[in-house]
Amino acid sequence: MTIAPTLVAPPDTRRLFAAPGPSLAQHRETYGDLPVDVDLPDLVEQAGLLGRGGAAFPSARKLRTVASRGNGVVVGNAAEGEPASDKDRTLLTVAPHLVIDGLVLTARAVGARRAYLTTARPEIARQLRTEVRRRRDRLRIEVVEVEDRFVSGEESALVNALNGRPGVPSDRLTRVWERGVDRRPTLVHNVETLAHVALLARFGADWFRSVGTPEEPGTFLATVGGAVSAPGVFEVPYGASLTGLLDAAGAMPARAVLVGGYHGAWVPGSALDSTRMSRTSLAPHGASVGAGVVAVLGRDRCGLVESAGVAAYLADQVAGQCGPCVNGLPRMSDALSRLADGSRDPRLVDEVQRMRRLVVGRGACAHPDGTARFVASTLRVFADEVAVHLGGGCSAAAAR
Amino acid sequence: MPRLHVDWTRCDGHGLCADLLPEVLTRDEWGYPVSRSPDGALDVDRSLREHAERAVDMCPLLALTLVR
Repeated sequence: MTIAPTLVAPPDTRRLFAAPGPSLAQHRETYGDLPVDVDLPDLVEQAGLLGRGGAAFPSARKLRTVASRGNGVVVGNAAEGEPASDKDRTLLTVAPHLVIDGLVLTARAVGARRAYLTTARPEIARQLRTEVRRRRDRLRIEVVEVEDRFVSGEESALVNALNGRPGVPSDRLTRVWERGVDRRPTLVHNVETLAHVALLARFGADWFRSVGTPEEPGTFLATVGGAVSAPGVFEVPYGASLTGLLDAAGAMPARAVLVGGYHGAWVPGSALDSTRMSRTSLAPHGASVGAGVVAVLGRDRCGLVESAGVAAYLADQVAGQCGPCVNGLPRMSDALSRLADGSRDPRLVDEVQRMRRLVVGRGACAHPDGTARFVASTLRVFADEVAVHLGGGCSAAAAR
Repeated sequence: MPRLHVDWTRCDGHGLCADLLPEVLTRDEWGYPVSRSPDGALDVDRSLREHAERAVDMCPLLALTLVR
């Protein structure tokens, strides 16, 4: 384990944002040079690092798989198609060199000579190109702009875009770690995952594990928005209390909080006090930390109306390839919207339930499953609201 | 147990597979194959293996695979 002698590891939970600014000089001053001999797969495994892009897949497993196949390619993923998420953009703005460090270390570990950084934002792409040019890495790093849509960041969609094809997901029978960019084994890591790699390569697995929970070690970036006075990106340890995070963002009294993004689930207002940002605490709600999105629904808003808006967005983001998703998501969203808009036909609830069951597992990517999860949560958490709507009312209208 | 895999990016809902393997598959309201099992599984019993292989061969869009 390599720990730079004169360097002090960032204390407590301000790890990713510890530098005073984004420049290479400020980065080096804060974190020191890139360590040279690191056994990255072992270190990442000891640290228990989980992917920060949403699926929380063990990073070491991906790393070893691509390393064992050889001749690989590494991709840093900041596509961030989730509209409620801002953490990848923020991280790249504040600490681009942590991400680039992680990319360089990962490429070394898998023997890749080429790497990509992908973003949907032109201004981030420009900044990254500038920062990449300032460095003297032997790795060839290309910054690529991808389309700004919900499914752009899905691994195979990203690989397709890098291969010059439409950036939509492929069938899952062939995985990108088998055949990806230029048909080579491809390792796709979220940019926040890469930044954590850069830190734990310097300060070690024990330091990494000193915050968070044993199952989910370390910190993660949460984007807190909605009914809050200070929306933004916060670095917190896994297992942090949800209310602590809400307080930090100045949340108003909440009817419910959406955790894990548009493919996530609602935590009802009554459960906020007892909820922590961990797998076990969120599981009963059908939610997970995911990519760290926390969206607050104020007491003056209607959960059904807001959810119908999200479902309509998700139906609109269908890539257009898979029949059940192409047909099922709009049908599900239409029925939910009609309920939200005041139609008093109770068969609409059955139609929503039938559609969400019908689409699960029947697409190339997780878009139908994630949308179905969100809609299931909506009907569960806002069951009373559905009843109010079927009776011709809306509790948001009553709150005004 | 082997299972059927549908490449949904290819499947166009011709429905041949559901005709050839009605024990496992039916069609949804748009014509796309869907499991008869409530859990959505597409497991293929040993006794149906030949029928499943024929369904795979006959798919006009090569969207069906028998896995393992």
